[in-house]
Amino acid sequence: MREGEKDPGLYDFRPYRGRPKLAWPDGKQVAVWVSPNIEFYELDPPANPHRKSWPRPHPDVVGYSHRDYGNRVGHWRLAEAMSRHGFPGSVSLSVAMCQHLPEVVADAAARGWEFFSHGIYNTRYSYGMDEAQERALIEDSIRTVREATGQTIKGWLAPALTHTPRTLDLIAEYGLSYTCDLYHDDQPGEVHVKSGRLISMPYSLEVNDHYGFFVYNMSPRDYADTLIRQYQRLADEGGTVMCIPLHAYLIGQPHRIGPFEEVLRHIAADGRAWITRSGDIADHYMQQVAA
Amino acid sequence: MSLDPAYLDYPLRKRGMDHGYYPYSNLFERPPLAWPSGKAVAVAIVVNLEWFPILPADKPFRAPGHMVTPYPDYRHYTAREYGTRVGFYRMLDAFAKVGARVSVAANGAIAERYPQIIADILADGHEIVAHSTDMNGTIASGLPEDEERALIAAALDALERVTGMRPRGWMSIARSQSFNTPRLLAEAGLAYMADWVNDELPYRFETGAGAIVNVPVNHELSDRQIVTVQQQSADSYVEQMMDAYALIKSEASALGASRMLPLNVTPYVMGLPYRIGALERLLGWLANQDDAAFHSLSEIGAALR
Repeated sequence: MREGEKDPGLYDFRPYRGRPKLAWPDGKQVAVWVSPNIEFYELDPPANPHRKSWPRPHPDVVGYSHRDYGNRVGHWRLAEAMSRHGFPGSVSLSVAMCQHLPEVVADAAARGWEFFSHGIYNTRYSYGMDEAQERALIEDSIRTVREATGQTIKGWLAPALTHTPRTLDLIAEYGLSYTCDLYHDDQPGEVHVKSGRLISMPYSLEVNDHYGFFVYNMSPRDYADTLIRQYQRLADEGGTVMCIPLHAYLIGQPHRIGPFEEVLRHIAADGRAWITRSGDIADHYMQQVAA
Repeated sequence: MSLDPAYLDYPLRKRGMDHGYYPYSNLFERPPLAWPSGKAVAVAIVVNLEWFPILPADKPFRAPGHMVTPYPDYRHYTAREYGTRVGFYRMLDAFAKVGARVSVAANGAIAERYPQIIADILADGHEIVAHSTDMNGTIASGLPEDEERALIAAALDALERVTGMRPRGWMSIARSQSFNTPRLLAEAGLAYMADWVNDELPYRFETGAGAIVNVPVNHELSDRQIVTVQQQSADSYVEQMMDAYALIKSEASALGASRMLPLNVTPYVMGLPYRIGALERLLGWLANQDDAAFHSLSEIGAALR
């Protein structure tokens, strides 16, 4: 990005109207990817000078144990529901999960899910890192996921959405192909970087379960209805990407997983969805569309 | 600009949790527990019965539901008292109608100020859970250990003086603890606490002064979360609890395991005239489920031993 300028220069302006239509495999209209955030929050992390890890003094019992619920209960419930309806996950991973709770990572890997990096912990932020520190974070992510799963990460969702002005250039330099941190489009597109090729992968905060339940205060059934409306519209328009970003500690709750499973059932039955993983969408796009 | 190099050290990055309180455990690989009723799903009703002084304290933090306006905040002081005088009695009648024994997480101040309420709770066979002294009795790191120990003792003493029994369980205000709390609760002889929300079954929690049982009372399923925070209707709350029950029951059936459904309700929320009918409808529906039984937190915690 252009640091210090009013326009960070992340991408070219390309209005939605008049674009050539993107073609997905088998004539599908919308690429649908489900993104469970598999995260580890620390009980007593060190302080980042730019952002507090927890809103309350440590231990933030409800904050911490709510997240821990995702790994003890929610993941297993969500993963089973996704597998039942043929949805692989594209995991935004706190890579320290590979050390702390490898059984969760191994379960996701055995289901054919893809992993990309969401930092080391969701309680360690990139704000304030110098270049060497940020390189260490990226190299750690690549190495840790490779050792745990054999996969080479292709994507990045910044830890707790904390960035530096050089993050996008660095992940492109390390050979990653997509970022999930830019929310300007319903289709992939080129991101300006110093070297390599990086595309933006449509993720979503608007239909993220965290926004659904804690920003928009939706009931579980309202959230399910929101996802179905989002899907219907993007499938009608065609050539689009729909991401369903989830947290097992939220969507895996007993009052929420049932309505959510109806969304998976709906999308799987509709027939217009390319139900896939973020890395597969990136590979397909980069082959189809020249940089 | 750079961060202190220690910020990129991860001394606890190893197998398991980043603390010694409990090991990781997948709910779906747990040895089965059995409830006293033998039913698959224990419905644990937990009522918070609280007294909010009109002079709020902010150390270590102001309790949720506490005073809002400049002094004197008649509106919140009396609206909370409404729950205790009126709403709670509607709830007691609703519980009696379906034969539900519940757990009442009561401030010590309730016993000191309103011993008649404690007598009415006990007469209906409900359990009393210690819930601090009054709504100024919040706990968080920064509260000196001797003050926290004294606060726990004062709450237990106040309840014991009126009930004749030492409470066996503890629920902190807003489920907020310090690093000392689990140890102080174990040292005070409590059998269980109901603060950590990371599970759907009771589990052992190491405190440094022996183990205590944590009985998770899911805050996401509470009326405060759904109705007060998320601003959903009483009917939506009921629908969400029915959906939760259906899911938990289906998992219990598939696994041949027992499960719990915690219903955390608040007299000044669900005890209002326009909401109590929804709660009564939910209770009646739950009472008619073949696989459900109402159990106290003590009964659920004791199933672990």
